[in-house]
Amino acid sequence: MRYSILVNGRRRSIESDPDTPLLWVLRDDLHLTGTKYGCGIALCGACTVHLNGVPARACVTPISSVGDALVVTIEGIGESEWGRKVKDAWLALDVMQCGYCQAGQVMAAVNLLARNPRPSDEDIDAAMNGNICRCCTYTRIRAAIKRAAGLPTTDTLQVQT
Amino acid sequence: MTGGGKARKPAAGSAGPRISRRAFLVAGLAAGGGLLLTLKFAGKASARDGRIGAYITIAPDGIVTIVAKNPEIGQGMKTTLPMLIADELEVEWKSVRVKQAMLDPIYGPQFAGGSLATPLNWIPMQRVGAAARQMLITAAARTWGVPSAECEARAGVVRHRPSGRALTYGALAGKAAALPAPELDSVTLKSPGNYTIIGKAIGGVDSPAVLEGEPLFGIDVTLPEMSYAMYEKSPVFGARVVSANIEEIKRLPGVRDAFIVRGSEADAAIKMGLVDGVAIIADKWWDADKARRTLRVDWSPRAVPGQSTQAFERQAEQLSQAPPQSILRRDGDVDAALAHAATVLEASYAYPFLAHATLEPQNCTAHFEHGSVQIWAPTQDPRAGAKLVARTLGIDPDRVRVHMIRAGGAFGRRSYNDYMVEAAMISKRAGRAVKLLWDRTQDLQHDAYRPAGFHYFKAGLDASGRPIAFRDHFVTFGHNGRVASSAGLPRDHFPAGFIPSLEYGQSMIELSAPTGSMRNPGGNALAFAFESFLDELAHAGGRDPLTLRLDLYGPPRAFAPPPPSYGMRIPPFDTGRVRGVLELVAKESRWSRRNRLPKGTGMGLAFYYSHFGYVAEVVEASVNPDGTPKVHKIWAAIDIGRQIINPAGAYNQAQGAILDGLGQALHMAVTLENGRIVQRNFDTYQLLRMREAPPVHVHFLRSDHDPTGLGEPALPPVLPALGNALFAATGKRIRTLPIDAHLLRATAT
Repeated sequence: MRYSILVNGRRRSIESDPDTPLLWVLRDDLHLTGTKYGCGIALCGACTVHLNGVPARACVTPISSVGDALVVTIEGIGESEWGRKVKDAWLALDVMQCGYCQAGQVMAAVNLLARNPRPSDEDIDAAMNGNICRCCTYTRIRAAIKRAAGLPTTDTLQVQT
Repeated sequence: MTGGGKARKPAAGSAGPRISRRAFLVAGLAAGGGLLLTLKFAGKASARDGRIGAYITIAPDGIVTIVAKNPEIGQGMKTTLPMLIADELEVEWKSVRVKQAMLDPIYGPQFAGGSLATPLNWIPMQRVGAAARQMLITAAARTWGVPSAECEARAGVVRHRPSGRALTYGALAGKAAALPAPELDSVTLKSPGNYTIIGKAIGGVDSPAVLEGEPLFGIDVTLPEMSYAMYEKSPVFGARVVSANIEEIKRLPGVRDAFIVRGSEADAAIKMGLVDGVAIIADKWWDADKARRTLRVDWSPRAVPGQSTQAFERQAEQLSQAPPQSILRRDGDVDAALAHAATVLEASYAYPFLAHATLEPQNCTAHFEHGSVQIWAPTQDPRAGAKLVARTLGIDPDRVRVHMIRAGGAFGRRSYNDYMVEAAMISKRAGRAVKLLWDRTQDLQHDAYRPAGFHYFKAGLDASGRPIAFRDHFVTFGHNGRVASSAGLPRDHFPAGFIPSLEYGQSMIELSAPTGSMRNPGGNALAFAFESFLDELAHAGGRDPLTLRLDLYGPPRAFAPPPPSYGMRIPPFDTGRVRGVLELVAKESRWSRRNRLPKGTGMGLAFYYSHFGYVAEVVEASVNPDGTPKVHKIWAAIDIGRQIINPAGAYNQAQGAILDGLGQALHMAVTLENGRIVQRNFDTYQLLRMREAPPVHVHFLRSDHDPTGLGEPALPPVLPALGNALFAATGKRIRTLPIDAHLLRATAT
């Protein structure tokens, strides 16, 4: 089947089976490899993208269900104000270790802040609990979200890049 | 989060790790007229020994490219090692670009493991930078016809102090490259007070690219004309392919090819080599993955009765009733000492098999062409991988070129290169470039597992509560009568040497699954058993767990170190450093308040020495109504020497290792059933999540020793510290991992 989807503001056309998950269309057809495969069954959050601004697990989203939804991936999220702020905070606090989960973490964090610009620790825990970080950078993710929101953080280690 | 503690006197006889080899530099002109420095060690090259090297290239515009020689697996070495060079080179970090090395003998050892990158490279990498700085100064001095001693280098510029003349590194690079390189041993290193980069919090060099979604990881590698491969193996370890519906698979949409691959040797599964399987090659990974659902393979055997976690538990219990099969260590007379003890305690501890579960599943891209193979792999040990590929494919090792690709986590998993040899063989058979990517289930079911283990302890205390007798009957796992990888108990493991009558015995259960290194091998399991039982001894003897440890380790003194390994002098074990971190963590956590906490809240303490690092941790915890532990806060005091090279990475590694350990304590376990791993994904193999991650306060004690590694040593103490805290909170002793909420539910407040 031929599909036409809107990814990061660009219309992209691909030939694909209807059941192919959006994740593999992004990665292997469109070569947008920032979105990662981790579990394949929506348990880890590494493949998180936005569909019309709402986080979705691309690994269980068939291409046939995407339709006219605006798909935004890590490659495009920096265009939004929250996307930029979150990325800046991630760099300022040197959040990542291996970095593999961080695209998904950023996508989840941007959505949280768009909904709730002053999140509490509990809000952050609830919004981010679906995103596994195997390196366990959780305390820095929490701090970086607060920093992006302009809230005080306990983790004050600033880095040079 | 603050760095705490003041520097202490070095213990007598202590010496940090130093590279003993004589080194020399080779300099040459890099492409574009820049300075190219290659650090080599004289002497015969061998696997882990011999030459190591690093490159510096200085472009005319002053941009300095520094090669990072080791794999980057999230431990930060792609940033840390170039920092060491850049500081001595006297350049600004903003003008540094970092380039990942290929596997190349010129660089000497290139691996991530044992928390060894820092102790192995601390001095050599600085010398590389210092030698280049010296050459640039000499080049400037000759240009001006002045003595080198009148010149100084700073921020990429050489200045002649008396005249104020200046030349940039970019302008000097070509001339400097033509100079003879100084003896590396002769170069002068900066005094720590003059560091401009070492000790600064520097962000990871790849971090901006990660956040742009750039293709950095193994899974992102794309070659022209590349196909995707799946490799279906039996979940029963060691099973062979009898037959498979290959022809049917070949006809499926998108499938280019399918074939049976024969394992390289009978025990390849244990050795993490090439095992029997069916390769499916497709135009898209999803097509290959879909084709697997149609794949039917007849495996032999289909099950291995007895290779089950439940059976192992029964076997361990039986073995514990009999004398140990072997005695690892015997000091004094344990039975006699127990007979005289005022208090005798017995307890058994158990911990499970663990999978590494790197978030990026195992993968490798390979292109076999004209008798040579190129490999793009996230690997911790590329040289071992190249050898495995060469041996298995029957080609010369020189015909294997390995690109070291950033790994989405490793934790010891990528010290094994089974996925690399699979990709290489599949590419050879298919006659084209392939990207092999395992799915999550394959990744969990084909690992070198952290071995499970059982400890049957018995100890005696004198009337003052001091341990006088200690026995561990360790029931572990083996293959054909030999202890499995990472399944041993070191004979000098604490408290050996600190309790007069002590015996370590060992019995073995035969295992068909492969085991191997996982972040802090041995320590990640042994610390839980030994440091929990030590806490039991403290409580039984009416002693503060802190003072009992301080008493056992005794006055500050250094022990004779083992012989050098990896060409590195091993620092001696120093009880003064143990005391230092115990006292620091007690102060920072306000350990003295532990008896004044609200009912249902407890604090627990543990210490562990590993990978030359001294780490004490305190956990404060209570129990949720459903019986799950609720960790309020964790404190760590860490002594890895006088210099934290990159505080940004160091705090992150320490916090991450501690939370990794917490995840092990709370959730992680894989089980065997008839020779196969049961767990298939993160629903049954749970990892720590955000909601369970408490604040972790890390304090570095800067003792006057050369710096050592931090990827691993912070992990082990948190497991027993949590168990000890839960005992303080509830009176229930955690003796089995992961922690069973049922045990604690009744105690919830």
